[in-house]
Amino acid sequence: MLGRPAIKTWAWLHKWSSLVCTVFMLLLCLTGLPLIFHHEIGELLGTEARVADMPAGTPRASLDRVMEVARARHPGKGGMFVSQEPDDDRVWYVTLGDTPTSSTGLKQVAVDARSAGALAEPQLDAGFMYVMRSLHIDLFAGLPGSLLLGFMALLLLIALVSGVVLYAPFMRKLEFGEVRRQRSTRIKWLDLHNALGIVTLVWLFVVGATGMINTWADLIVEHWQADQMSEMLAPYKGRAALTAPGSLETAVQSARRHEPHMKISFIAFPGTSFSSPYHYAVFMRGEEAHTSRLLKPVLVDAASGQVTDSRTLPWYLNALLLSQPLHFGDYGGRAMQILWAALDLISIIVLGSGLYLWIAKGRSRAGAGNRLAAASP
Amino acid sequence: MKPPVSTTSLWRWPIALGVLSLIGLLAALFGDGAWDLASGLALGLIVAVCGWLLLVAGKRTR
Repeated sequence: MLGRPAIKTWAWLHKWSSLVCTVFMLLLCLTGLPLIFHHEIGELLGTEARVADMPAGTPRASLDRVMEVARARHPGKGGMFVSQEPDDDRVWYVTLGDTPTSSTGLKQVAVDARSAGALAEPQLDAGFMYVMRSLHIDLFAGLPGSLLLGFMALLLLIALVSGVVLYAPFMRKLEFGEVRRQRSTRIKWLDLHNALGIVTLVWLFVVGATGMINTWADLIVEHWQADQMSEMLAPYKGRAALTAPGSLETAVQSARRHEPHMKISFIAFPGTSFSSPYHYAVFMRGEEAHTSRLLKPVLVDAASGQVTDSRTLPWYLNALLLSQPLHFGDYGGRAMQILWAALDLISIIVLGSGLYLWIAKGRSRAGAGNRLAAASP
Repeated sequence: MKPPVSTTSLWRWPIALGVLSLIGLLAALFGDGAWDLASGLALGLIVAVCGWLLLVAGKRTR
């Protein structure tokens, strides 16, 4: 059992870690809510590509033709990425930029994978969902914004751990789930804060921790490039830079032959942060639920169309890839989306009640020890 | 004054619900169909407990 000084220290830690991160966490909970349903909202807003049904076995268009169609809509821009949704291979999403490493002025064109007709241009830097996404990921401030939010997530984790430590002394005299509604508003919300906090603890900890890992995504990819790409590029030392990449269709067919039992997740063009200056990097994924999140890059020489290297990703990239579904809640169908939203709203109640308890405590000028005394029946 | 509750009964429910949350978070990662259902039921129970705390718990006079 904790002594009084220890309780005071943990209470101090809980108070300050929570106070600093609460405003950010409320923002993240609110902006995260629409992000859970981004597909559904996209359909409502009409920004999702509408795909016509075609008979099964309709031949697929050459990816070179797909690229021509996309490029024709944005002359002067070059290919950066081509991707498809895990559950829908009827559409290619082509991302174009001024240079392979551009981070602004990007354009995306959704192209029908069978007819090679342009379907839509999902907006990458405007609209309601762009604002929600930016506020949620980096506060419109790029990597520093992301890292700030990552630090706030770390504070949340500290608040959760210290909250668990304080749960025991606060609950000594109470049954689980006892809510004293008759005493006072503050006591009622203290009990609800403790009970809701402990019930949602594991979920919020996992979503917070995976969110923190996601804020390091750019750094993790950069590290992977420095760490592994140099090895894969050793044979290319001294080779002149590629002037124009060769056929994408040939490259993708080579990758498919190399990994016949995998599907394409996305293709990174030469010179982008996911590839080398000489390769198309074709990122393949498994077809089972437990393998669909893990990617395997197949490097294809962009000039010759031959596979030159393929290796499984290092642990830190797998950790990043696995942390994504656990943060997004997009791996268990509609029911999971709704539960994610419900747990998000409950988290807002836990955050809000914590803030209220701090304000109410300031008003009554009671210290943590007194609060503990007040908490016992 | 009520006697303090024992450490076992203090942590019994939090640990049970924590394990349930973990099952809910992990099951759907391993497969579809029944696995998704298991996730939905486990996380659904967590949400239901929260709903009970917010709307029902402590409403009756003891």
